[in-house]
Order: sequence, then C-alpha cells, then structure tokens
Amino acid sequence: MAIAESCVDAVVMEMVAVYCGGLYAAKPELAARRIEAIGFQVGHQLSERYTMERPRFSDHLEAIKFICKDFWSELFKKQIDNLKTNHRGTFVLQDNRFRWLTRVSLDPYTENRDSTENDSAALGDTAAQTTTMLLYFPCGLIRGALTNLGIPCSVSADMSNLPACSFVVRIKT
Amino acid sequence: MPPAPKSGDALFASVDRVNAELFTLTYGAIVRQLLTDLEEVEEVNKQLDQMGYNIGTRLVDEFLAKSNVSRCVDFKETADVIAKLGFKMFLGVTATVTNWDVEGTSCSIVLEDNPLVDFVELPDTCQGLQYCNLLSGVIRGALEMVSMKTEVTWVRDMLRGDDAYEMRVKLIKQVPEEYPYKDDD
Repeated sequence: MAIAESCVDAVVMEMVAVYCGGLYAAKPELAARRIEAIGFQVGHQLSERYTMERPRFSDHLEAIKFICKDFWSELFKKQIDNLKTNHRGTFVLQDNRFRWLTRVSLDPYTENRDSTENDSAALGDTAAQTTTMLLYFPCGLIRGALTNLGIPCSVSADMSNLPACSFVVRIKT
Repeated sequence: MPPAPKSGDALFASVDRVNAELFTLTYGAIVRQLLTDLEEVEEVNKQLDQMGYNIGTRLVDEFLAKSNVSRCVDFKETADVIAKLGFKMFLGVTATVTNWDVEGTSCSIVLEDNPLVDFVELPDTCQGLQYCNLLSGVIRGALEMVSMKTEVTWVRDMLRGDDAYEMRVKLIKQVPEEYPYKDDD
C-alpha cells in the first residue's frame, strides 16, 4: 500500500508545528525531546518490519550499512551517499540531498529581498529553528532503528550544507 | 477548453508515493505522544482535529493543482470529488458518499479501508479517543478553503467495534466568493 508523499510531509511538518509552536513553544528542549521520541518509536517499529526475514547482523558496521542502504531506501528512495567512521564507535552518515530538506530554504534574502535586514534575520532564524526541530525526527528514526538492532546510541544532525545533511551516530559502550 | 478531470487511478499514479507504513506508524507515534503530553483524551481529539485542519488547508492546493478539477457547482458534487478522487489521490483508498439528507447539505463518507489504523489497537484507557480525528480535520480544512464551512463527526469507527469508518459531513454555510475583478469563467 502506498500513500502520497505529501501526506507524510504534511503530518511530519504539522507535528513539528504542534510541539514547537504550540505545546512547548517556550521550551524548545522539551519540544525536541518529544519529536525525537516520536521518531525513535517509528524507527524502532520500522526496523523490526524491515529486518524480519534477515539473519542477525554480525557487527555494528553491518547494522549501520543496513541503515545506509535498506532503511534509507525504504524511507527516502535513495541510499545514504557517504559513510565515514573513526573506528571508535562514531559514524557519520551523509545524505547529499536529504529529501525532507529539499523544500526548505534558509536564505532569508532569497525569499525576502525587500525586507529590512532585521526582519530577514528574524525570518531566517525562525526557518532555521523549525528545520533544526524537524531533524530531531530522523535522528530519532535512526536511533530507534539501531536500538532495536541491539545498538544503543545517540544521533545528532548537521545541516550546515543544505540540502545535504549529516547524521552523526555515537554508539554507547 | 480546460482538460478533463483525471480519474482516481490517474491521480493516484501522478503523485510521488511512499510506503504507507511510515505514515501509519508516524501518526500512531504522534497520537501516543499527545496522549502522554495532553493527559485528557478530549484535548487530544481537539489537537488531532486542528492538526488535520491545518493539513487540509494545504493539501487542497496540491489536489486542485494536480486533479484538473474545476469549480464544483454544489456541495453534493464536492463530496463526490473528495470521495472518488481525493481519497484515492492521497491515501490510495476509495470512499463512498451516502445517506444524503433531503436538503442535500448532509452526507456520510464511508471508508472500508483506512491506512491510518493499520497495526492499531486501543487500550481501555483510551475510551473517547477519536483516533482518526486528523482525517475529519483534513476534510474540514480543505472544504473551508473552497468556501464551505462544515462540521465533520465520526459516526462509525472500526476501532470502537463498528464495521466501517463513517464520517458525517454537514454543510454549515457556503460563503460566496467575492472577486475584486470580473469573473471570466
């Protein structure tokens, strides 16, 4: 069964709006935790479904590769573009064109050429904030998936080169 | 001459699609988190409805852009378009319009299949939760963007043991559109 992609986009964006603009408008840290928790739950369940017929992964790298290839393809229709590791439990997964950021613009001057500098900065800050909050959801997806595969970890996102996005996975020991 | 409206299947094929599981599980996780954060089931129902309303006001743009549907002449035609084209385009399911009242201002939209609820079981502590309130909110939001103020309520819900999902849609007011320029249609 297939759903229009805009339905997923709409639900995810509306979740971010509810938690950041509504329920926890004054407490961004709590909003972030809620959004990440939702992503965690979804990632946990999805990795269960996507690995039902596979043998157990033999090591952490195999599980990370599963995230980069199968998991990412199911969700974003492409694989992670680049995987790096320091061989000490940290992995960086880079998506050169992260699907959920391709419709996001953070350059206020592009959108509001006639605004004053202060207005532009404020609008840009708001957009950056929303995008930062949105990224807690895919971070939760990855952490939930890996936790279900027996790998407790923390995940953070780096969006300094939009629309590329890097997800930094730190495995807990 | 404007192009003919696309069929439901053509519309379905014309939009980017993703695995329904991501949608279903994401919605389920959101509902669960809201139940934790809001405590009162009735507050969750309101929040889901408002989320749906906001989404509906945006999805209607995509629907009109892709479907080639032109102006519907009345509420009856609008309900048909939603059931036959809108549900197919977005959710990949077919809905039925039935139970019109005499005035033609109230009807039911019935779904036998509902992707929102795959994998869902409600515990006894969630009596009163309108799990699919997002969907009724979407309908209300979309209709308001085409100048029809409605009230949408769930009258049958399989999560509560009924045999189908049935929304009752009641037209409250149809606001005539006012143009600052002459209408050339």
